[in-house]
Amino acid sequence: MAYLELKNVYKSYGTDENVTNVLSDINLTIEEGEFVAIVGFTGSGKTTLVNLINGLLKPTSGEVLFKGAPVVGTSHERGVIFQNYSLLPWLTVGQNVYMAVKEAFPKQSKAELKKRVNDYVEMVSLSPAINKRPKELSGGMRQRVAVARALAMNPEMIIMDEPLGALDALTRGNLQDEILNIWSKDKRTALLITNDVDEGIYMADRIIPLKPGPNATLGPEFKIDIERPRDKTAMNDNPNYKKTRNAIIEYLMDIGDQRKSVSQQEYILPEIAPKSFVA
Amino acid sequence: MEQDITLKKEVQGLAFLKPLVNKFTPKFQKGDILSSLKKTGITILSILSFLGLWHLGSKALYNKEANYKIEKALTERGQEAADAERACIASGDSSCQPNTLPSPTQVWSSLQSLIADHKLINAKKAAFIEKMAATNAKLVAQGKDAIVYTGRASFVDIVLTSIKTVFAGFLLALLIAVPIGIIIGLSPSLRSAFNWFIQIFKPVSPVVWYLLVFMIVKTLYIGDSSDNAFVISFISVGLCAMWATLVNTAMGVSSVDKDYINVAKVLKLGTFQKVFKVILPSSLPLIFTGLRITLSVAWMVLIAIELLAQSQGLGLFVWEEFQNGANDSNAKIIVAMFVIGIIGFLLDRIMLSVQNLVSFNKNEMA
Repeated sequence: MAYLELKNVYKSYGTDENVTNVLSDINLTIEEGEFVAIVGFTGSGKTTLVNLINGLLKPTSGEVLFKGAPVVGTSHERGVIFQNYSLLPWLTVGQNVYMAVKEAFPKQSKAELKKRVNDYVEMVSLSPAINKRPKELSGGMRQRVAVARALAMNPEMIIMDEPLGALDALTRGNLQDEILNIWSKDKRTALLITNDVDEGIYMADRIIPLKPGPNATLGPEFKIDIERPRDKTAMNDNPNYKKTRNAIIEYLMDIGDQRKSVSQQEYILPEIAPKSFVA
Repeated sequence: MEQDITLKKEVQGLAFLKPLVNKFTPKFQKGDILSSLKKTGITILSILSFLGLWHLGSKALYNKEANYKIEKALTERGQEAADAERACIASGDSSCQPNTLPSPTQVWSSLQSLIADHKLINAKKAAFIEKMAATNAKLVAQGKDAIVYTGRASFVDIVLTSIKTVFAGFLLALLIAVPIGIIIGLSPSLRSAFNWFIQIFKPVSPVVWYLLVFMIVKTLYIGDSSDNAFVISFISVGLCAMWATLVNTAMGVSSVDKDYINVAKVLKLGTFQKVFKVILPSSLPLIFTGLRITLSVAWMVLIAIELLAQSQGLGLFVWEEFQNGANDSNAKIIVAMFVIGIIGFLLDRIMLSVQNLVSFNKNEMA
């Protein structure tokens, strides 16, 4: 039995004439312990797909199964790292994490919860900033808080919605390694949504492109056969890496071209000649 | 560090105190002195020119009315009467002074006489209390009510009554508008159920609110001889002023950032937790904006309502002075006008600094 399974999932917004089909015919299976990346253009419905899996949205038709049971509502088993951090600005770093931990482990004592918060904040190396508010932090630090908050709840599956999209290349690289570390330590299942093919290849076991919407659907999957732990610099010379990367990019460019040609429409210009005011 | 930030925020709300605050801040640069001097200088200059214009205007009005009086005496009663009138006006006798816009000096002396009056009344009150102390102790021992001073209220007492009324009204508005606003904000169906109510009652004038409250309170107090003017006026003020808070609270609660709601869902917060840990904190800035508007509206409608309710506050003071028509009545009215303005300004500043303290996302929005 697959760990997470999406069967013929359709999602549309609006009703009747104003209906927009965002996702159509999505089929996806993720096994336990796998790291899957979904790569797509912006606006192709990636966030909608994530929200279907974490339970914030319900599919219009089709099924989302988590460990064999349909997903209804959110669950502490699936931790979410949002695209825009979504930290509560009136709480400090520690309080933001504490809030999540308290909900996830209602039976633990205050001291245990505090310790948990401290551990996870330390894991993302933000201990010196534990009493700061989000607005006093840089973008990368905020994202690390979001990572700590999601992981402190000890979810079985981590769902990441373009978690590193807004960060600079250096911070991005560091956080990628941190997330991989955590993932491999406890062998959790992870789903990463990204628009960066290199990020997908570096982190995931499989990459699945999402064709651009409307009516976005998943493309053929690409397996990444590169030994872990992966090394960024060494990977550049790996023939397997080059091959996969080229294949994925070619595929994405192809569907990008298709989209362009679909929207190509001929516009007929009116026949007008400039009038001469001289004569 | 934390304290530093709060201090700065407070000062932002009270920017008019900046020159004063700067004076006591140990390290500041040459440019700061110059710019603060310049700022203070401009303010003083504009106050002086305002006083000058006021003085000239009141003088012109005074002359116009004086000339009219002399002219009238001349045409009605002849040259002799006109001369007498002119002499009377020039002598400063209060019986024939033109009764028009008072000059700044008149207002200033009125203020001083009001303060002197206040001291006099206070002394009387103290003497009365001392005199009655023994009797009152006996009365209390017998289980009867003590005799209290019921003489004329001084200007300071009047101002304090007004401030008390406004705060009671503001508190009432807060206690009604914030909870209802939260409930309406949380439920779209309740929001549409209440919408007509809010839209219709929001623009109703303070006078009509007063009449409505009067109708109800009068019946509630029936057979009770105690003074209900204060109750009527603070309830009217509260009802008049609460709408801004109601609307803002409902809007703040209903328009919480969708990201925060998603966080609440993903963390699986209960309804109670969701409201108190996510929705309320995030709508606090809007609620406080509403409260600030409410306080300034309360202070503005207070004067009209006190006048109608015969409550011993500034509104009644102004009206009684106008009816009184004594020589310094006009000057006293202007004193009251400045007191009303200054207190209103201070109340607004206090609310602004409170508002700045609670608005966590000010930097993000800027």
